[in-house]
Amino acid sequence: MIEFLQQLINGVAQGAIYALIAIGYTMVFGVLRFINFAHGDVYMLGAFAGFYTAPGILKIFGGGPSYAGAAAVLLTAMVICAGIGVLIERICYRPLREHPRLTVLITAIGVSLLLGSGGQYVFGADPKAFPEIIADAAIELPTSWGSFSTLTITIGQVLVVGCTLVLLFVLKTVVLHTKTGLAMRALSLNPTAASLMGVNLDAILSFTFAIGSAMAGAAGVLTSIQQPSIDPLMGVSAGLKAFVAAVLGGIGNIPGAALGGLLIGLLETLVVGYVNPTYRDPLVFAVLILVLLFRPSGLLGKPEREKV
Amino acid sequence: MSLLELQNASMQFGGLRCVCGLSFSLGDNELVGLIGPNGAGKTTVFNMVTGVYPPTSGTVMFEGVKVSGQRPYRITGRGIARTFQNIRLFGSLSVFDNVRTACNMHLRHGISHALLRGRGYREEEKTIRAQVGELLEIFGLLEHRDRPAKSLPYGDQRRLEIVRALATRPKLLLLDEPAAGMNATEKNDLMRLIRFTREKFGLSILLVEHDMKIVMEICERILVLEYGRKIAEGSPREIREHPDVIAAYLGQEVA
Amino acid sequence: MRNPKFCLILAVILAAVVNGFSSVINPYYYDILITIGINVILAVSLNLVIGYTGQFSLGHAGFMAVGAYFSAWMTGRYGVLFGESAPATGAIYVLALILGGLAAAFAGLLVGSPSLRLRGDYLAIVTLGFSEIIKGVIQNAEPLGAQRGLGGIVQHTNFFWTFFGVALAVYGVLTLVHSTYGSGFLAVRDDEIAAEAMGINTTKYKVLAFVIGAFFAGLAGGLYAHFKQFIHPEGFNFLKSVDIVVMVILGGMGSTAGVCLAAALLTILPEVLRMLSDVPWLPEPARHLADNRMILYSLLLIVLMLNRPQGLFGRLRFGAGKP
Repeated sequence: MIEFLQQLINGVAQGAIYALIAIGYTMVFGVLRFINFAHGDVYMLGAFAGFYTAPGILKIFGGGPSYAGAAAVLLTAMVICAGIGVLIERICYRPLREHPRLTVLITAIGVSLLLGSGGQYVFGADPKAFPEIIADAAIELPTSWGSFSTLTITIGQVLVVGCTLVLLFVLKTVVLHTKTGLAMRALSLNPTAASLMGVNLDAILSFTFAIGSAMAGAAGVLTSIQQPSIDPLMGVSAGLKAFVAAVLGGIGNIPGAALGGLLIGLLETLVVGYVNPTYRDPLVFAVLILVLLFRPSGLLGKPEREKV
Repeated sequence: MSLLELQNASMQFGGLRCVCGLSFSLGDNELVGLIGPNGAGKTTVFNMVTGVYPPTSGTVMFEGVKVSGQRPYRITGRGIARTFQNIRLFGSLSVFDNVRTACNMHLRHGISHALLRGRGYREEEKTIRAQVGELLEIFGLLEHRDRPAKSLPYGDQRRLEIVRALATRPKLLLLDEPAAGMNATEKNDLMRLIRFTREKFGLSILLVEHDMKIVMEICERILVLEYGRKIAEGSPREIREHPDVIAAYLGQEVA
Repeated sequence: MRNPKFCLILAVILAAVVNGFSSVINPYYYDILITIGINVILAVSLNLVIGYTGQFSLGHAGFMAVGAYFSAWMTGRYGVLFGESAPATGAIYVLALILGGLAAAFAGLLVGSPSLRLRGDYLAIVTLGFSEIIKGVIQNAEPLGAQRGLGGIVQHTNFFWTFFGVALAVYGVLTLVHSTYGSGFLAVRDDEIAAEAMGINTTKYKVLAFVIGAFFAGLAGGLYAHFKQFIHPEGFNFLKSVDIVVMVILGGMGSTAGVCLAAALLTILPEVLRMLSDVPWLPEPARHLADNRMILYSLLLIVLMLNRPQGLFGRLRFGAGKP
C-alpha cells in the first residue's frame, strides 16, 4: 500500500512534466492543426539553457543553490525557449502555411532532427550533470503520520508539481481572460473568420509558439532538478510521450493535455514499478494506439469532421 | 419501385439541424432539380445520399435497398455517383488517370494479377483504356488526355468531374452546382451536356443549382428546400408560382 | 518500359552475370554495393506508401526488423533441414527471405488496418510507436537474442539475391502504380473523399500499400541479416526509419527512379564523408561530417521542403513512362 502510494507520488511528479510539454503540442495543434514534432527538442533546449545559464545566475543570487536563483534560471530558460519557438515558427513553418500537410510534417521532423543532432554537435553527445539550483532533499514527514511517514517526497517533486500548477493557472488566465487568449480561441475555431475579424494571424501564432515553448522550457529545467543528467536526445522520448498525453486528453484541449500528462506519468511509473522497465515505452505507445482507435478525440476533446 | 427514396431523413451537426425529416423519391431516367436559398441543406442532402455523412435519423433507399449507413464507396458501387460543389479532382493525376480511378470498382482481376501481368489482366487494362478514351472523346476532353487535371481551365475541370462520375457507370448522377462560375455560353453548353448525358447513358440526374434559368429549363420536377425542410415540389411552372417559394426567395411581406 | 516483365528478367540475368564477377570486386566496394541494393529496396517500398499513397509512415525500420529477425531465426533453426549442401541451405535461405517478407507483411496488416483510418500526422506517430513496440518485443525475446542482438547468422546474401530483390521491388511498385489499381492509390493520395466517391475503398487501398511496402521491407531485412550476420534491435530504431524517409523525400515522393538514385547517393555519402576525415587541410568541423550526417540530412529535409518539395529528382522516370 505504502509502496503503491510512493509510486503514485513519483508518477504525479513525472506526469506534471509531461503535462507541461503536452500543453505546447495541444496549443499549436489548436491553432494550426498540425503536430509540431520539434516540440520535444525545445524541451531539451530548455534543460540546456538552464545548464549553461545556471552558474552565472546563481552567482548573482549569492553563489549557492537558492529558490530565487532557481526561479531566475527557470524564467531565463522559459524566455530562451519562447524565443526559439518563435524562430522555428517564423523560419520553418510560416512559409509553408498554405502547403500540403505532408510538407509541413516532414519539415517538422527535419527541425526535430536538426535540433537533436545539432545539439549533439554543439553540446556534445554525452550526458551532462545539471548544476544544483536548489538543495533537493527528502521532506521530513511527521512521525505522527504512522507508516505514511516512511513515504519519500522530495523538495524537487513538490516544486515540480507546484510550478506546474502555477503555470497552468497563468495559462488558463491568459487563454480565458485576455484579448490575446480570445483571439487564440477564435483562431482555433475558424482561422478565416478570425482573421476577417481583425485577428492578426502571424502575431497570434508567434504568441502561441512562444507560450508553448516556454512551457516546454520550464519542463526542461524542472526535470533536471529531479534527474540532473541531461543529454541532447532527451527530448525525443519525452516529447513523444507528451504527445501521447496530448492525444489522450484530446488534442487541442488544454485541460485535456494536463490530464493526459498526469495519466501518462502515472502509467509509466506504475509499469516501471510493477511490470518491467523495458515495457515502459511500448506500453505508452500502446495507450496511444488504443486511444486513437476507440476514442480518437481523446478524453476531453470533441470529434471533428472534414467539411465537404 | 422508385430509384432513390429518402424516408424522413434528417441530418444534425451538434445542435444545428441541416436537414429535417426530408422525404422524396426519384424515378428512373428523371431529371430533378433541388433548389433553395443558401444554407438550405442541399449539399447536405447529397452528402447523406452518398454516405459522406450518414443521416442521423431516417433512411435512404436505393433500388429498394437501404444504403444509409454504408460507406461512400459502397454506395457508389451500387450506382450513385456525384460531383462536388468545390471541384475535387485528383489534381496531380492526368485527365486520363482521373477517369481511370473510377474503373477500380469494376476491376475483375485481383491485385496479384496486376503484379503478375497475366493475359486476362492485360486485356482488362486494354478495355479500360478504350472505355476511358471513348468517354473523353464524347465529352471533348481527349486532346487533354495526358495533362494534369489541375492545369485544365475551369469549365473543363467541371466537365471532367462529370466524366469521372460517369465512368463509375451510375444509375443516378448527383450534380452539385455544375454551373457555378460559368459564363452564359458555358452554361448553355452545360445544359446541352446534361440533357445529352441523361439520354446517352439512360440515367437519372439530381441537380443542385443556383441558376434558376438552368433549373427551370431542363428539370421536369423541382424540389425546394428551406432551412432543411421541403417547402414545395412540382413542375417548374408550379414552383414558379408557389407562394412559399416566392416567400423563401424574396422574403415574406410583413402583414 | 514497353514490356515490364522482359525488363525484370533482363535485370535478374544481369544480376547473375555481375554476381559471377563478385570475387574480383574490392570487398569494401562490394559491401557498399549490397548496402545500396538493400537501401533501394527499402526506399522504393516506402515510396509506395508515402509517395504514391500519401500515407506518412515512420515505422519502416520496424518491418525491416520483423523480416530480419524472422528469417535469421528460421535459417538458424531450420537451416540444415534438407542437409548441409549449398543448394539445400540456399533453398531454406530463399524460403526464409520470402517468409520473413510475409511475416513483415502480416505485421503491416496488423499495424495498418486499425491505424490507417487516422489522419496523416497521427499515422506518422502511430507507425513510429508500432516500430518501437516491435523493438520492445524483440528486446524481451530470448530466442532472438534479446538486448544482446542475434549473431552467428550464415552469410547467404550475395550480389545476385540482393539485386534480384531490387528488381522485384522496382518491378512490383512500378507495375502496380501504372495499373488501374495504381490510379486508385494515387487517388487516395490526392483526395480521399473524392476517391471514396469514385467507388474506391480507401481503407483497403491504404492497407494494401502498407502491406506490400512492409513485405519488401521485410525482404530487405532478411537480405541485411544474412549479409551482416549480426543484427541488433537498435539497428532498427527510429533513426533507421528516418534514413529511409530521407531517401524517399530527397529522391522525390512518387518517383521510383529518383528514389533509387537518392538511396544509392545517401548510401555512398557517409562513406565519402568518412574519407574527408583523412584530408588534412580541411577545417575541423568538415572532417567530422561523417559523425554528424544527421545534421546534414535534417537541413536537407528542411531546405527541400521549403524550396523544392518535389525532391531533387522528382521528375525522373524509368523508361518512357507509359506502361
